[in-house]
Amino acid sequence: MGLKKVLLAGVAGLAMTMSAHAQYSNDGITLGVLTDMSGVYADVGGQGSVVAAQMAIEDFGGTFNGQPIKLLSADHQNKADIGANIARQWADTDGVDAIFDILNSAVGLAVQQVATEKNIVSMNSGAATTALTNEQCSPNGVHYVYDTYALATGTGGAMVKEGGKSWFFITADYAFGHALEADTSNAVKGAGGEVLGSVRAPLSNQDFSSFLLQAQASGADVIGLANAGGDTVNSIKQAQEFGIVAAGQKLAGLLIFLTDIHALGLETTAGLTITTGWYWDLNDDTRAFAKRYSEKMGGSMPTMVHAGVYSSIMNYLKAAEEAGTDDGKKVVEQLRKMEINDVFAQGGKIREDGLHFHDMYLAQIKSPSESKGPWDYYNIVTKIPAAEAYQALEDVRCPLLKK
Amino acid sequence: MATNTSSTWQGWAKFAVAVAVLIALPHVLYPVFLAKVLCFALFAAAFNLLLGYAGLLSFGHAAFFGFAAYVSAHTAKEWGFTPELAIIAGTLVAAVLGVLMGLLAIRRQGIYFAMVTLALAQMVFFICVQAPFTHGEDGIQGVPRGYFLGLFSLESNFAIYYFVLAVFLIGVIIIHRTVHSPFGQVLKSIRENEPRAISLGYDADRYKLLAFILSATLAGMAGSTKVLVFKLASLTDVAWQMSGEVVLMTMLGGVGTMLGPIVGASIIVTMQNYLAEIGQLTLIIQGLVFVFCVLLFRRGIVGEIKHWWTRLRGGKDEPAHLGPSGSTGLSDGDAEAAHAQERAS
Amino acid sequence: MIEFLGVPLPLFMGQLLIGLINGSFYAVLSLGLALIFGLLNIVNFAHGALYMVGAFVAYLLLQYIGVGYWPALILAPIIVAGFGMVIERFLLRPLHDLDHLYGLLLTFGLALVLEGSFRHFYGVSGLPYSIPDSLSGAQRLMLPSWITGGDPAFMMALPNYRAWVIVASLIICTATYILIERTKLGALMRAATENPDLVRAFGVNVPMLITLTYGLGVGLAAFAGVLAAPIYSVNPIMGSHIIIVVFAIVVIGGLGSIGGAIISGFMLGVIEGITKVFYPEASNVVIFVVMAIVLIVRPAGLFGKGA
Repeated sequence: MGLKKVLLAGVAGLAMTMSAHAQYSNDGITLGVLTDMSGVYADVGGQGSVVAAQMAIEDFGGTFNGQPIKLLSADHQNKADIGANIARQWADTDGVDAIFDILNSAVGLAVQQVATEKNIVSMNSGAATTALTNEQCSPNGVHYVYDTYALATGTGGAMVKEGGKSWFFITADYAFGHALEADTSNAVKGAGGEVLGSVRAPLSNQDFSSFLLQAQASGADVIGLANAGGDTVNSIKQAQEFGIVAAGQKLAGLLIFLTDIHALGLETTAGLTITTGWYWDLNDDTRAFAKRYSEKMGGSMPTMVHAGVYSSIMNYLKAAEEAGTDDGKKVVEQLRKMEINDVFAQGGKIREDGLHFHDMYLAQIKSPSESKGPWDYYNIVTKIPAAEAYQALEDVRCPLLKK
Repeated sequence: MATNTSSTWQGWAKFAVAVAVLIALPHVLYPVFLAKVLCFALFAAAFNLLLGYAGLLSFGHAAFFGFAAYVSAHTAKEWGFTPELAIIAGTLVAAVLGVLMGLLAIRRQGIYFAMVTLALAQMVFFICVQAPFTHGEDGIQGVPRGYFLGLFSLESNFAIYYFVLAVFLIGVIIIHRTVHSPFGQVLKSIRENEPRAISLGYDADRYKLLAFILSATLAGMAGSTKVLVFKLASLTDVAWQMSGEVVLMTMLGGVGTMLGPIVGASIIVTMQNYLAEIGQLTLIIQGLVFVFCVLLFRRGIVGEIKHWWTRLRGGKDEPAHLGPSGSTGLSDGDAEAAHAQERAS
Repeated sequence: MIEFLGVPLPLFMGQLLIGLINGSFYAVLSLGLALIFGLLNIVNFAHGALYMVGAFVAYLLLQYIGVGYWPALILAPIIVAGFGMVIERFLLRPLHDLDHLYGLLLTFGLALVLEGSFRHFYGVSGLPYSIPDSLSGAQRLMLPSWITGGDPAFMMALPNYRAWVIVASLIICTATYILIERTKLGALMRAATENPDLVRAFGVNVPMLITLTYGLGVGLAAFAGVLAAPIYSVNPIMGSHIIIVVFAIVVIGGLGSIGGAIISGFMLGVIEGITKVFYPEASNVVIFVVMAIVLIVRPAGLFGKGA
């Protein structure tokens, strides 16, 4: 149906050598990028994810099993129902074999469910919830870039070590916020800190002053922002307006993207400690990738989600070729056998629960004087080894593991 | 389906043809999309029962549609209800909600009525945001389509379409019977001239309340059914924008006609489906359609065709708006209408 | 530390003040809405969208012509009021002799078009608009010893800009109230709705007066939009967030009651602020609860004269 643009990536391509038993529905492969094109996460994923997907297809050679690789994209508008409908329609009528990006936890869970039902693959770069690999884990799902557990452990642990012993949370009042708060509380307590309290702010709240005042009155060392997107941006801005940071309390943004920093400016964000799955200025490979990307995207740099989309598509295509099929469960099985070494991750592994087990980074936002120009925002403080960043497999509550 | 002017057998013949088309359609078009159209068509038809025949503009119908959706999703997923039981559960809860909201709102008229229903629906919305069973932003996901009567699987897209079609037809027949019953005639007379209806001994408030409850119940039936198609209930269905959308569907198709809301819903759902790729333009186009309908096209598509047809045959004409000017407005309607006429001249 | 109902007193007082600031926006917006309703009998669903347009005009003035906050505070409302008058003249006037519900539906459509257009061109992430330099910084507010009964206690840092919001909206609300209730022009406006024949007999251009009234109401919305721009980022969806709340406030005050709209605007801001202290999850819904109670107890609203 008309939900997407059909992009034929690269018409001419080398004939691929393939196994004689290859079983592909419609002979070729069709990929879908399902993202937020117009909402609060449009900069985090959006058009950039489509560009990253095109780059991956181009780098793969443009064809699969002798057929051009088809790429569809659509806007889920951050609504689980719209996301699930598109995914279902893609699987039913457009022969989509795998869906990528899927920013937003609610949409992520819904799409993974559809993917399981239709036996296609859902590779999630944007959603944060650990439910994707715990209660609602799926043999068809891969959670690729980060989850609330990794973000909480990284930032929470690091800030307690720096002396931020007591915490107060401003939590977005929905499943994602609650999970982020709970995971961070555990990380804080585990590192020897204490949690003084929390306040639940309605989602898409415009005015955080009242909640910030409560956080200030608690006297906590650190105010943890268990929210995302516009909510985080507004709370950081208003914290500055009310002189909260100047009065000595620290802010901890638990889910912050490069584009949020870009929108807020370094004056407002300097010194923030954050956890990220990837950064464009890590090494020569990442810089080369970022350069190519930014040439196509009018100068803006890729976020960790964009890099995740690129890498997940690349590895999906390799696995599907290796497995000789586009059967969702079999491709994911194949992915589990591979080690991921590319621009996004080194030594990454797809675990039994569907988690992409890879190293994370702890970063601090540069001050305006440290920054060499636009998009030069992070000081990478340390690499967090995967084993420290992510939930241990024995703690994961995934029914698939109980076989 | 059947028009009120045709003789009975002609009406039944048209109805049979329409049903035959609806049965054949999923072999041509994507069944899930068609099922969605039917759900919204039923929703709009239920809404039209209140606006078109009782002259009451509710701006809170999403509350019934969306809350019933949650109930049906919860009972089907957590309590293992069969699909028909889940729909009955959602529908009954919508009816109860209709009684509560109706009792509060029905004493008001015109714009007040619209505002009160809107505010009450917002309260329902926030309850849905907070109540644990709705799972907030995530919604209730992975609702099983289940087995009809515990026997027949509705898992395939064709099965669910025919199931929805059956629900839709039941709903439309109920609405048709209601409109053409003595009850419907009294409603119309209240819409045209409430003081006169009261002076004839009709308890206008009781009639309006009954119409409100029936409309809420059927809206709930549509919402409960939609859940089974998409296996998901979410906040979208209960947000105030949904209340606006159903007004648009009804206006576009034709207020106060049987077929109008169904046509309007089909056009809007099709538009949303096919225009999704141009993003925000959908919103703009919907807005423009609204403005266009209000300014130049007040009878809606079906209404205009009917109007044109009646004129062609020299029949009696119906007014091109919600009712006689001022009758659904605020206080002392007649004086106001007179003023308004002055102003416009 | 002294407490009030289990909450530290300085925190409680701080929340009251913040409630008052939010109430300022509600008051200016509901005043415009009540004005339009009282004089034109139109429920202006586009009010929230025009509030958003006001903020955007301020942003665009700064971005493309370099016009700063202070001139924008005057220019943007005038521009939006002009736009509003065009809407009234060409779209709303043809509906005057029809049921008022058509006005509601038309403005609802307009709101969708406006919001959709800005979303299409500017996305929904929000655009920054900084606080004017003359109003940056904040005051440390202390609770004096006669309240605390001991040493003065730190209450909160009140940003200068937010203090200005309260002052500005009090000024604009008072000025509008005086204009409508105490001047000859205001008297004509009221008379034109109550008895247009008589007013026309005095040689007054009644349709023009109605157009002006709509322009004034819409200008107030835009004024609130410019006031809001530095606090919240300039965002296409800022209007649809607030419009439903403002509707409820106008209904609580009594549809069409100018004074009622102002008072309930401030009052509900404060009630919402208090709710945020004791039960933050309910802060979104408290206004609708108040509305339902008012409608049961006093169907015409707190300050309405029967309906």
